[in-house]
Parts: sequence; C-alpha cells; structure tokens
Amino acid sequence: MEVNSIENGIVIDHIRAGFGMKVLQYLDVDTGRDTVALIMNAQSSKHGRKDIIKIENLIDVDMTALGLLDCGATVNIIEGGRLTRKVKLELPEKVVDVIKCKNPRCVTSTEPSIAHIFRLVDPSTEEYRCEYCDEIVRV
Amino acid sequence: MGSLKGRSLLEPGDFTAEERTMLFDLADRITEEPGRVSAAAASKILASLFFEPSTRTRLSFETAMLRLGGQVVGFSEAASSSAVKGESIADTVRTVGCYSDITVIRHPKEGSCRVAAQNSDVPVVNAGDGGHHHPTQTLTDLLTIRREKGRLDHLKIGLCGDLKFGRTVHSLVKAMSVYEGIEFFLISPEELTVPSYVIRDIERGRGCGYTETRNMGAAIGALDVLYMTRVQRERFFNEEDYIRLKDSYILDAEKMRGAGRDMIVMHPLPRVNEIAAEVDADPRAVYFKQAKNGMYVRMALILALLGLEEEPWK
Repeated sequence: MEVNSIENGIVIDHIRAGFGMKVLQYLDVDTGRDTVALIMNAQSSKHGRKDIIKIENLIDVDMTALGLLDCGATVNIIEGGRLTRKVKLELPEKVVDVIKCKNPRCVTSTEPSIAHIFRLVDPSTEEYRCEYCDEIVRV
Repeated sequence: MGSLKGRSLLEPGDFTAEERTMLFDLADRITEEPGRVSAAAASKILASLFFEPSTRTRLSFETAMLRLGGQVVGFSEAASSSAVKGESIADTVRTVGCYSDITVIRHPKEGSCRVAAQNSDVPVVNAGDGGHHHPTQTLTDLLTIRREKGRLDHLKIGLCGDLKFGRTVHSLVKAMSVYEGIEFFLISPEELTVPSYVIRDIERGRGCGYTETRNMGAAIGALDVLYMTRVQRERFFNEEDYIRLKDSYILDAEKMRGAGRDMIVMHPLPRVNEIAAEVDADPRAVYFKQAKNGMYVRMALILALLGLEEEPWK
C-alpha cells in the first residue's frame, strides 16, 4: 500500500491500532477540503500493528489533547517536504476543558464559566484528579 | 517557616506540619492569655458566607472573630444570599471581598471554596464544601489530641462509626499520617468501611499501620484516642439502611470500662445517640473541650491569615 508523502502538514505515527479513527474524529479535519490519509493496522516493528494519520496543510494541533487520546503516538511536523519537528506525545500534567467532571456534587456542575481542570495523578494507571472535587477519572 | 499572611485554607494538606505547629502554639498562647488578643483584629471584618445551615462551625468562626475584637458580616443560609437570584459563587465572593478582610465559606458543592479562593483578593477559609473537606475541623482535632496526649506521634487512634462518608475521619487520617508511628483502628460496619484512598493515605504515612475491625469492644482497650462519628441520615439513599446501622456502634459507660485510664473520647459533634449521655461525665470524654479548642484554633488561624499573629505579644 502506498500513500504519497506530503509537502506541508503532519504525520501522526505509532497510534495504537484501532484508535486512528478516534484521533481523526477529535482533530475534526475538513475532509471535504483537506487531504487526509488514515492507515489502519499498518505493520509496526515495536507494537506489531499501528494506525497512521497524514494530513496535508494542517500543522497546529492540540498536543495536550492528543496526548490524552494516545500517549504512545508521535507527531511529525513536515514543512517544505522535510521533517522539521518530531513530538513524542505524553500524558499531560494538566488538562483544561478536555475531560468533563462527572461528579454531580462538584462545583463545576453548577458554577457558570468555570474551566474543567484535571491533573495527572499516576501515569502508570492513567488517572486524573479533578482540581475542584478530587474525583478520579481514568482516561 | 514563612508567615501564613494572605494565604487561604481550603483543605487540610494546605499547611505543612511545621505551619500547623505554629498555629497550635499560637492557639495555646491565646488560650493562656485571651486578654492579649481581645482587640488584635479590631477594624478587621470577617465575611461569613454560609450557603447551607451550620450551627457550631458558623458560631465558632463568628465567636472567634468577635473575641479578637473584629466584626462579622454575612448570611447563614443560601436563601438569604444573592445565590437565590442565580449569582455565581465567583461573583458573590469577589463582591464580598470588596467589603471584608477575610472570607469564611460553607457551600454544599465540592470544590466551591477553590472557586471562591480563585476569585478573592482576601484569604478564604473553607468551612465545609459538601462531603469533601472541612480543614478547620481537622485543625481542631489535632489541637485537641496534642493538648490531651501531649504529642501527635506514636498514638493508637480508633475511628468508629461511619468511616465511609465521614469527611472528618478521612481528613484526620490524612493529617495524622504525616506523624510517625500512628496505628489506626478502623471500627465500622461492613457497609461503612473507609474508602480505599484513605487506606492509601495510611500506607504512604510515616510508619503508620491500620487494623480494620467490626467490634468496638475488642479494640477499645488498646487505644489512646477513640474518635466517634455520627452515622449521618443525609448520606444514605435508603431509610431502612440508615435505621439498621445507626445504632451499631454506641459508646456507653459499660464499654468505657474496657478502655484505658488515659484514653480520650473525641467527637466532631453534633452527636445523635452514638455516645450515651452517661459518658459525658467521664473525664476521658473531651468532645466539648474539643469544640472549645475549635474556637481557639480558628482565632489563631484568623490572626495568622491576617498577618496579625505577632502584634499582641509585642
């Protein structure tokens, strides 16, 4: 299978197999305009199988949110046909307005104009704690 | 150790063990020489924002401020506040901060005090945010243990009653776990055992251990401190469960006969029937002293957050 290389844009590599569609949905790219390639279940020497996304002309992406979606993935920034930056995604220490607190007793359920802030508790368990009520969620 | 001036107190972990010691030392000085501080906060105003009813906590804070010579403004239920008009906590606190020097807030929503602190130019003290934190109760409990036992380390502490929903117990365990050699005896019905995160606090503590038991009588003889809690009706979804469990762990004179001569009995109050009235006369029952200690520690806290702790002793 062959997918052309891109001149300007991003390549998200090492996405956990089966997660590519979810990542693509989050990125909310305009598939009517942008050139997008989603490769699923590609061979991976590290993980056996992986998904890959290539998007022409899109460079600005929220690495924090992407890190939450799949902290094992890598984002390659391509400019002028060359790899200019490579970012290994990690679980972010703090996420704002990405996870919504589900605790009905939390102040975020009633207070208007308040950001939903979560902080990483334990990377090994992928647990985050609500800044306000301490509710724990696993991403 | 730096001053606590301008800081807020939202949860028990906001102060280090050294900062707590400073507060307790100040509380001791205030207790010994109350006349020295009777005008220490003159010209200062405390805003007492109670969005849900409270008797002892509100009165304790307000009395503390009055005994420091300060003034108190505020409300004692949400119906008396602009919350009924739909005003946010952020706006209420920001506005009240224009009038007062320190704000005390109780609100049923968890984390409400953090919203308040983020929007306040004056120190904010959490007087209870739902079932979440009640840090001045924890300071009260620690001061009481320190006064009655002379130390905060190497103690056997029994926690009895509703250990699942009781926030005072969770906060006390967390706060005591920073001291060396604490052995907890967790005495509760099967349905009301402590959540796993409280156990984790003990396991991370400095040489702390715990024993879980269903039987108060079997544990009482080993204890230095017995901390009783109320089985709260409002924490149950089911009335039958409440009725079945509320009398499970009643402390009476007969059980007290099995306790050591130096053991103390504590309770955050109000009690329902978990401590029989006959125990009140026992010198080991210190729960009313504990309530008084709460006022002294709040006096110390107000002075420290306002940066006035040194003035009375000059």
